[in-house]
Amino acid sequence: MLKYSLKRLGQSVITLFIVITIVFLLMRLMPEEGYFGQGYEKLDPIQRETILKNLGLRDPIYVQLGRFYRDLIRGNLGVSIVYRPRVPVAEILKAKIPYSLYFGLGAITLSLLAGISLGILMARSKGKFWDRIGTGYVVFINAVPAAVYYLFLQLYVTNILKLPILFKENNPVSWILPLVSMSLGSTASYAMWMRRYMVDELNKDYILLARAKGLSNKTIMVRHVFRNAFVPMAQYLPMSILLVIAGSIYIESLYSIPGMGGLLVDAIQRQDNPLVQALVLIYSSLSIAGLFIGDILMAIFDPRIKLENHGGAR
Amino acid sequence: MIKTKLDKMLNNIDESLFSFAEYDDSAAEKTGYSNYSYWQSTWQAFLKNRIAAFLLILMLLLVTFTIVQPYLPNQKSPIKIYTDEKTGIQLRNHPPDGEFWFGTNSIGQDLWSRIWSGTRTSLFIGVMVGVVEAFIGIFVGALWGYVRKLDRIITEIYNVFDNIPTTIVLVLLTYILRPSLSTLIFAMCATGWLKMARLIRNQIIIIRDREYNLASRCLGTPTGRIIIRNLLPYLVSIIMLKMALAIPEAIGSEVFLTYIGLGLPLDTPSLGNLINEGRVIMMVPSLRYQLIFPAAVLSVITISFYVMGNVFSDAADPKNHV
Repeated sequence: MLKYSLKRLGQSVITLFIVITIVFLLMRLMPEEGYFGQGYEKLDPIQRETILKNLGLRDPIYVQLGRFYRDLIRGNLGVSIVYRPRVPVAEILKAKIPYSLYFGLGAITLSLLAGISLGILMARSKGKFWDRIGTGYVVFINAVPAAVYYLFLQLYVTNILKLPILFKENNPVSWILPLVSMSLGSTASYAMWMRRYMVDELNKDYILLARAKGLSNKTIMVRHVFRNAFVPMAQYLPMSILLVIAGSIYIESLYSIPGMGGLLVDAIQRQDNPLVQALVLIYSSLSIAGLFIGDILMAIFDPRIKLENHGGAR
Repeated sequence: MIKTKLDKMLNNIDESLFSFAEYDDSAAEKTGYSNYSYWQSTWQAFLKNRIAAFLLILMLLLVTFTIVQPYLPNQKSPIKIYTDEKTGIQLRNHPPDGEFWFGTNSIGQDLWSRIWSGTRTSLFIGVMVGVVEAFIGIFVGALWGYVRKLDRIITEIYNVFDNIPTTIVLVLLTYILRPSLSTLIFAMCATGWLKMARLIRNQIIIIRDREYNLASRCLGTPTGRIIIRNLLPYLVSIIMLKMALAIPEAIGSEVFLTYIGLGLPLDTPSLGNLINEGRVIMMVPSLRYQLIFPAAVLSVITISFYVMGNVFSDAADPKNHV
């Protein structure tokens, strides 16, 4: 277990290094106007050259990369250029992170609860009404792009339920819809997998034996089927984290929640390179960490996984 | 005497009793036997699902229509700005009527032709991404699965790259490469081929050491030939499923990227662009048609490909054949 965790941690760290380096190198390919903000046209070539030199952009690329890592370790993510000129990126982010964190965690919890309940409901009424409704929902969510149904949710549900259209911090009612929208995607896949595992489990011989012994349907469902079907669900936690992260970029900007997702959209539209770079790094680290935690959880939950073969023949 | 009797008998024979019976493939199914080829069985199983058959016809019609639409009579240009003939003012937000079937957008362009032009663009992106992903995925996946020496190395590389979230890569690549059709396709392929390669690799490992492949290897068949002639034909159904699912995925990514400001330039209509234009004015109920029409076309396309892909992969599974 320890050996596996360490190996998996090493993998994550290597990935993180590669991602940081690639992001850094790619960002250097952006046109140099990006470093000046508003007054680019007013400067003459010599002034521009001096500014670039002062920023350290005329040093060899490995020196720049080293400096970038040193700054990262100290928590210095550079300064914003366009969004809020000359304000350190870290400071801008500090105000934004809590919103994204709470909404993200909320959506992950909600989708876990809703998805597993829906999956159980579907498995119990297999082939009947609720199963069909649930399958329809899963197909719809998987097939139609999230960007489209989010829009229609915001457009019509706010109208029907008289919910506020935009996020307001002191009005908890306005938190409901963004939270629900964010969780829809992973709810669908939790429900799908839960149903599949429960149906698989129900078809096994030991269930037949349990019935022959005279156990009640409820006991079989709770003590055998649910328990066994729940174990492999742990592996979908990372996927759910990734889905929520991708969804949050869109949702936060749609409902104008002052979180990191909305900030990323703003920064991209205004071409604020350091800000985009910092946000891309944060999102990648979050996803890498999420995948790591998910894999470890799965190893804890399911003793059947052969840890030694993890890399080779998974 | 005997001869005449014999002649009589021979003349009375009903010729039709001696003709060959017509062999009917579908009648043979009732006895639990069939001699369909693999593809015929797949096709039969696919058509048994009414919804899938209906969607297939719908998609064939829709794709044909999007291709021929510009050549039909009385079609308007998707990028021309129409003006009122009397006043010379742009026909902004003109509601749907006989002239403009789906109305006009906020600067007076015909929404009907824009939607079909956009569908063309989006389907083109989807198909290109599907094809390129399949090529790279099959190539890497085949090497990865078949060549044992490469397995460890590629697996380690895969484990590292698989941890990088695709949405972020997509955003970063399109941000750096300036929006255009080719950059969108490039960015989507750069993130998508990994899953395809993994799928192909897993399947190849399963069938790599079957007896007929061992025999083939003993007879000295070159590796490339084994992969192309012995292994890949078994993977056609999986590859087609993946390609069918790549289309809705690519269309969805395009809408997402357009929303965050990394989509195609405005003079290239695409479903993402249209939905984004519709979103801007969606709070005015009388203008909502500009969001609803493109969204409806997009949803029909993505749902159709998703359902067809899944039904096809079920149909291609020999367990479900007669």
